[in-house]
Amino acid sequence: MVALATAASPVAGGEIPADQRRSGYDLMRRETQAMQDDDASNPGMLWVLDGEALWRLKAGTANKACADCHGEASASMRGVAARYPAFDAAGERALDLTQRINLCRNEHQNATSLPYESKELLALTTYIGRQSRGLPIADPSADEHLRASIDAGRQIFNRRQGQLNLSCAQCHDDNWDKQLAGNPITQGQVTGYPLYRLEWQGIGSLQRRIRNCMIGMRAEPFDYGSSELVNLELFMRWRSRGLAIETPAVRP
Amino acid sequence: MARALISVPAKAARGEIITIKALISHHMETGFRHSTTGELIARDIITSFVCRYNGEEIFRADLSPATAANPFIAFYTRATESGTIVFEWTGDNGFSATEQAAISVE
Repeated sequence: MVALATAASPVAGGEIPADQRRSGYDLMRRETQAMQDDDASNPGMLWVLDGEALWRLKAGTANKACADCHGEASASMRGVAARYPAFDAAGERALDLTQRINLCRNEHQNATSLPYESKELLALTTYIGRQSRGLPIADPSADEHLRASIDAGRQIFNRRQGQLNLSCAQCHDDNWDKQLAGNPITQGQVTGYPLYRLEWQGIGSLQRRIRNCMIGMRAEPFDYGSSELVNLELFMRWRSRGLAIETPAVRP
Repeated sequence: MARALISVPAKAARGEIITIKALISHHMETGFRHSTTGELIARDIITSFVCRYNGEEIFRADLSPATAANPFIAFYTRATESGTIVFEWTGDNGFSATEQAAISVE
């Protein structure tokens, strides 16, 4: 059931060298690339517009908007998405961008958390991510507090799981230059999240994408917001360090 | 109102052929899917899109349940005079959205 086309193989069983790291964008059809490139046709921009409205909307009992503290997102949020998940000193754990947004809502707006994958949370995350478009993904291992989480994420990435007994690395490190059922296997570079997936007919987060992959491996998916998923996100960001942010990307 | 993104060149030469793009957020529920509890999810789609250039209809499209969510429509027209281009989407459950853009023709 797994058909692998023959092609020159990259170094098996290892990390992808920096000069071979490629965004999934390079593997898409021209039409899908054009859809992403033009803001007038990129449907992810609809979420960016929603996010911009939410950025200025007063919320919670504190009656404050994101903009009341952070000002113009184009200045204050530039580069932020390139360095998340980040270490939260107060909670002594790694937080991804959605968790940071919700923490900010709880602590500064006195508002309730937005549910994972809700339209509002995706819109805000996409809007913040958009401010970093074109910037290189930062190396999270520069923060020593994050190294244990990156290692934990690496272990999950390399661990065989599910009824198909596959690890993430078997496809995305070892066989990214081949095809699976006629579609290119990507490197799993996390450049475009949250991204508009044509299959989803909407925007989704990296956690949703990882859970999709786990269901495909017939494994029990990790819960949204679980430390396992955040550690995986963190390790995947480390794998993608140096690649440019594309948010909101379009993928098939 | 639904979020929409339209793209019309702000300026054009008289007689020039221009590209017009319209993208609107809509989930385009087909009416063929069932919920997790087995009930049919009612159809909820945009059924019609009309574009008018200074009141004159220059483009019309009927949309069907097979149209993907967040429909994107691109077409061409000839820039004849300065004025307003109006976009109108209508659909199930009284859905209605309007956007407009100004164009200056020299």
